[in-house]
Amino acid sequence: MSITRQKGIDQDPAKKGALQRLADDPVSRRKFVAVTGSGSALTLFLAACGGDDDESTNTSGESTTSTTEETSTAADTSGTEMFGKGDLGIVNYALTLEYLEAAFYVDVAKSGLFKGAELTLLKQFGANEEAHVGALEQTANSLGKAAPQPKTEFPLDDAKSVAMLAATVENVGAAAYLGQAALIESEEVLAAALSIHTVEARHAAVLNMLVGDPITPDGAFAVPMSAEEVLPAVSDFIVS
Amino acid sequence: MSAYETQTATPAGEVPVDFEPMDRSQFLLKGALAAGALYGAAAVGPVVRRAFAQGGGGASQNDLDILNFALTLEFLETDFYEVAQKDVKLSSEYAAFAKEVGQNEQEHVDALSGAITDLGGKPVAKPTFTFPLEDEASFVELAVTFEDTGVSAYNGAGPLLENKDLLATAGSIVQIEGRHAGAIRFMAGMQPVVEAFDPTLDEDAVLKAVMPFIKA
Repeated sequence: MSITRQKGIDQDPAKKGALQRLADDPVSRRKFVAVTGSGSALTLFLAACGGDDDESTNTSGESTTSTTEETSTAADTSGTEMFGKGDLGIVNYALTLEYLEAAFYVDVAKSGLFKGAELTLLKQFGANEEAHVGALEQTANSLGKAAPQPKTEFPLDDAKSVAMLAATVENVGAAAYLGQAALIESEEVLAAALSIHTVEARHAAVLNMLVGDPITPDGAFAVPMSAEEVLPAVSDFIVS
Repeated sequence: MSAYETQTATPAGEVPVDFEPMDRSQFLLKGALAAGALYGAAAVGPVVRRAFAQGGGGASQNDLDILNFALTLEFLETDFYEVAQKDVKLSSEYAAFAKEVGQNEQEHVDALSGAITDLGGKPVAKPTFTFPLEDEASFVELAVTFEDTGVSAYNGAGPLLENKDLLATAGSIVQIEGRHAGAIRFMAGMQPVVEAFDPTLDEDAVLKAVMPFIKA
């Protein structure tokens, strides 16, 4: 498994190309997954999260070979077992994504690339993500143990590409929640996940408008993403 | 420290709530009694239709009731955008929104009614609606109300669905309602997000919110 692509996000032209393509065509999120592969620090991070060793190894192995076909026909497993069993795994998976989103908006706010109404909006979205982090941490701790916060790094070159990345992150986030909804066992956890899912959807639609993409890029029915699709897509932003 | 602590929750909508409560069966009956538009299942979104139909030997009465409840809300939204496009002079921005979103809602209607039939149920008839639509401002206000209410209604009903395939499909619809809600609020200069966690509404609350717009 490749761990060679974890350095210098901004210096990697191939990756920028992939992000660009993704931003240009949000429907091609799955292609993005295939392009970026699943190497990088996330695999190490997940391994370090502990949990059941067998499951960790197994899931990481699967994700290295993930393709659109295989993952979209994945069976009834949540693909989040490396974060814990059952609902705990799903909550910690969501928590990891929310950590990432919250950290992203903090970096964006600090970057100085945005001012005025746009900055206010991005800060508000970031505050929403922080609220999600808080709630999910609490839930995870009540079910077991909350996943650790990953160390993240994002390419923050210019306002346009950052806005596109924000849109991508939110669209993927919404798709990730949708991908888990039917796998959640607890009614309470499900209710919480649903109430976060539609907030991610609101964020995604607004950011899509800002970058000139359709508010519903998949049409009238949103397309879910499995954990096997989502984790490789975000792995480039996790450095350890 | 965090903006969300000071962020005041915008009410989901300024809908009147001071009228007689009505239970779901009355509500559905009212829909069924309305002069019935017949909805063919031909135009149903194929993916969703398939997902619904994979329910494995039909659905419980509970689930069928929830689907019919959702169908009624989608009827309302579809009719609203149709009327708005016809009767209200909308700026090109809002006209485009009404057209695109109205098409989404129509697809939801088709998918839900087709699914209810496939699962051995009977889709409610389309009620007759009435909207206080006078100008663009009233369009925006109502659109915000309906989209926010739709989000909260689906989110409230989701955990009550017994069939997990139906839940996945309802989820793919509610994400679209959430996108509509965020977009129309943003266009109107409102906060796109009501709260960090979208509020849920139970059926009674949803009924209260939408009954003023149902004529028969």
